[in-house]
Amino acid sequence: MQKIERYDRFEDGVIACIPTILGYLGIGFAMGVVGKGIGLSITEIIIMSIIVYAGSAQFIICALLAIHAPMTTIVATVFLVNLRHFLMSLSVAPYFKQTPFLSAIGIGSLLTDESYGVLTTALQQNKPVTAKWTHGLNVMAYLSWIVATFLGGLLGSFIPDPELLGLDFALVAMFIGLFLFQVERPLKKKTKQTLMILATVIGTLVVCMAWTTAEVAVIIATLAGCLVGTVTHHG
Amino acid sequence: MGEFVILMIACGIVTWIPRVVPFMFSKKMAFPETFTVFLSYLPLCILAALLVQNLLVFREGQLPLLKIKETIACLPALVAGYYTKDLMKIVVTGIVTMALIRLVFP
Repeated sequence: MQKIERYDRFEDGVIACIPTILGYLGIGFAMGVVGKGIGLSITEIIIMSIIVYAGSAQFIICALLAIHAPMTTIVATVFLVNLRHFLMSLSVAPYFKQTPFLSAIGIGSLLTDESYGVLTTALQQNKPVTAKWTHGLNVMAYLSWIVATFLGGLLGSFIPDPELLGLDFALVAMFIGLFLFQVERPLKKKTKQTLMILATVIGTLVVCMAWTTAEVAVIIATLAGCLVGTVTHHG
Repeated sequence: MGEFVILMIACGIVTWIPRVVPFMFSKKMAFPETFTVFLSYLPLCILAALLVQNLLVFREGQLPLLKIKETIACLPALVAGYYTKDLMKIVVTGIVTMALIRLVFP
């Protein structure tokens, strides 16, 4: 893959999304298979992907639907699982202050873990990112997700175990890459501080997972890491 | 079907609001510098947390377990990332390693 030079056009955003597509396909496909498995129709799977558009939340919706959980439980759980997006939006929104209101809302509406990772990597490298570029990135990710869940629902019954192909690992592998891009520079420049932050995040996460849900633990661990980072910022 | 669509819309709304609220207010608000510094650590922290969470098995009321096979499969992907800086190669390396590990240790 050639290095992406431009960060202004919609098409360039679409190109920047390409490496993450495999991740969306892998996990979206698995999501479609799970949805089919609990008895959703393909139309219902597509409706879910279009309206909810959140990987982990959609798996949890399926799990809760399977045990006939009440609607309020499902909605409350989805809210908690996706609350981390509030933090993500908060950290990139200031960058789009000059962007027209509806365009900015559009960016927020399609923000995911993966597109956030790609976007913050570009921002960290001081690339001149535009709203158009971000739309390209987001829309491509959105379409990939919908297509992947559709394919999963369609072919799910023929593939007994998507885990066998290692496809479910695409998500983890993607997080490895996105994390690596974030950690590399601070680890070289401020080694001790960065290690301290990482230790805080991991330690908090592991401990919190023992008494709350994994999703809430992610939020607490993130906040703890940011706090340590802020306190040691000028050290 | 009707009830399902209503549920999806409700789930969609609670997903959408946290995503867009910061974009609605960021134009009018100026964050204090400390908060900007705080937010600058967010990408690193949240991606680290999401990565590690995906390598752990959640157990109600107990410390989580480490997914050994998945964690081992991370290593080649990390090496690929360090040398190539290419997300696509990292993902492919990860998937292939995972498939191989499961093939050898089913």
